[in-house]
Amino acid sequence: MMADNANLFNRLPIVSHLRKSVGLQRAMLITGLLLCGIFIIVAIFAPVLAPYSYNQIKDSDGKLFGSRLEPGSPGHILGTTVGGFDVLSRVIWGAQTAALAIVLAVLFSIFIGIFLGLISGYIGGWVDRVLVVLADAIYSFPSLLLAILMAIAISKGESSLWGGIIASGISITVVFVPQYFRVVRAEGIRIKSELYVDAAKAIGVSTPKIMFSHIFRNSTRTLPVIFTLNSSEAILTLAGLGFLGFGIEPTAAAEWGYDLNRAMSDVTGGIWWTAMFPGLAIVLVVLGVTLVGESLNDLSDPRLRERRSGKVEETEITPIPIDQVTEANHE
Amino acid sequence: MKSKKAGSNGFARFVAVRFLLIIPTILILVSVVFFVMRVTGDPITAALGGRLPPEQLAVRIREAGYDRPLIVQYLEYMSNLLTGNLGNTLTDNQPVMSMLTTYGTATLELAIYALIVAFTIGMPLGRIAAYNRDKPKDAVLRIFAIFCYSTPVFFMGLLAKLVFSVQLGWLPVSGRATVGNEIAMLNNLNTPTGIFIVDAFQLGDMSVVGDVLMHAILPSFVLGLLTAGTFLRLVRTNVISTLYSPYVDAARSRGVHESRLLKKHAWKPALIPIITVVGMQIAVLLAGAVLTETTFEWKGLGFMLSQYLKARDFVAVQGIVVLIAIIVTVTNFIVDIIAAIIDPRVRYDG
Repeated sequence: MMADNANLFNRLPIVSHLRKSVGLQRAMLITGLLLCGIFIIVAIFAPVLAPYSYNQIKDSDGKLFGSRLEPGSPGHILGTTVGGFDVLSRVIWGAQTAALAIVLAVLFSIFIGIFLGLISGYIGGWVDRVLVVLADAIYSFPSLLLAILMAIAISKGESSLWGGIIASGISITVVFVPQYFRVVRAEGIRIKSELYVDAAKAIGVSTPKIMFSHIFRNSTRTLPVIFTLNSSEAILTLAGLGFLGFGIEPTAAAEWGYDLNRAMSDVTGGIWWTAMFPGLAIVLVVLGVTLVGESLNDLSDPRLRERRSGKVEETEITPIPIDQVTEANHE
Repeated sequence: MKSKKAGSNGFARFVAVRFLLIIPTILILVSVVFFVMRVTGDPITAALGGRLPPEQLAVRIREAGYDRPLIVQYLEYMSNLLTGNLGNTLTDNQPVMSMLTTYGTATLELAIYALIVAFTIGMPLGRIAAYNRDKPKDAVLRIFAIFCYSTPVFFMGLLAKLVFSVQLGWLPVSGRATVGNEIAMLNNLNTPTGIFIVDAFQLGDMSVVGDVLMHAILPSFVLGLLTAGTFLRLVRTNVISTLYSPYVDAARSRGVHESRLLKKHAWKPALIPIITVVGMQIAVLLAGAVLTETTFEWKGLGFMLSQYLKARDFVAVQGIVVLIAIIVTVTNFIVDIIAAIIDPRVRYDG
């Protein structure tokens, strides 16, 4: 029983990758995991860790913090902004906002993307063709622009904490659904001609059951990689939305991109700390997630290594047209 | 065996099919944008709501035809689009077409600079990383690449501004040229292209050329590095994988020198996926341009898009989005064709 548990533990995605890794690869994976771990802990314990609230400009005595305090000022290790917010507190609370947005965006896109992908891949026909053209069209469009349009349509530009997070989450979802869709669909097409699926059909297993228990289970191998790649893109998209002023309202939550937007005018005046710390926070989180993602990627199935070395989708579109051409040539 | 004719027919068919796919893609994107933007209401209320009394607003909505059913407006918009009529912007009432050409050239200029930076940094470094696989050089380059695409362009831009413009004072903070020079180019030229470096040379004043270049350095590098990181990683992995493919093994067993294998045999095939990615990167570049242009107040499509969005000028926004949709789809088409032409499997088959 104990041995079984240990075995199962070793087969978990990240654990098994960690055991397979060596040298630089291992260092990268561990650094990435550490950064992600810190990010998650900060996000969960933000209320405890942050010295002040994200929208607080006065201390408990009712005295204003003062604006533009330099880093190292008493009570404000990272200084205060022009508006008089504590930079450290906003950076810590920002982790929570970012984490919520990622979880929401990735969950939405996984469910919708996988569902559509399974239907398209297994059932095929005109549904498949329509969905593919639609997904390709959306996928080719610059993701940030799509997210901006969605954010405006959903929240009409004004947003509370949850309103803002949901709007950002959905905006990012729209961008990511095609990616999950493509991968699951491709796997669905590959797996549906396997013998065991035929066998399941022969003994009368229902279509939904085949889709979810046979095809879906076998196509999950690639998902951790896309999941991590998407998480980093989700943070960048959220920050981009905030930076352009289409994200979450500053009084409703702390958001790194918005803080950087505010910091734009500070920079020319030589105030560097309002830009530096939220910016570094973004870089470290994205770096952590990317390191994990790339390591998982490189450590996955060596046969597929070359194909899946970049973002999965980038290289995957090449073979299709070329195959069509060669097929045509064989006629 | 296959005749040459059959091969070229196959290729022609591939081009034709691929070309026909452009149309639904553009149609879908334009339609999605149209309906997404109209969910929030009509453009007039969005742009002028609160600034005009309700009666006046209603009159203007009726005049512009925004009170008709959405599907009628949609069909009208689409048929206007086919004739190249994109309407007038609501905020500054100029034809969307001329707005697109004015600001489009600025974005084009920035994108070209950024691509040059990306190629000159990403390709050679990727090759070096592949040659030194798993050695310290490779490790440093890979980490550099990861940093390139982990840093948001606007943060990189702010840092670059802080160091090179504010602290060192070497480069201008923002804009595309000093205001005086910008006016000189606009007034003294018969045919200003809008691409400032070309205009500066037309003007023949070397100080203007220098000024334009100085303004372009930071935005180009900031946007270019983002793509350079992607290129570096891609070149590295592709060269490594082609180095271990059977035909390179065969050449190696014939005694072809290792450096020749790298330069001749593994290099060119490794570039094919990169061409495809360049196509994908155009979309990334355009999104990055929105952020870079905002950071550096580079008055191109990206900068204007965010201005028009804030003013809720949906006619202008839709125009910009249509242009971007066309650029992205047509680039993808061209890239697919180039990839098919270069790929030896296609060529030798024919």
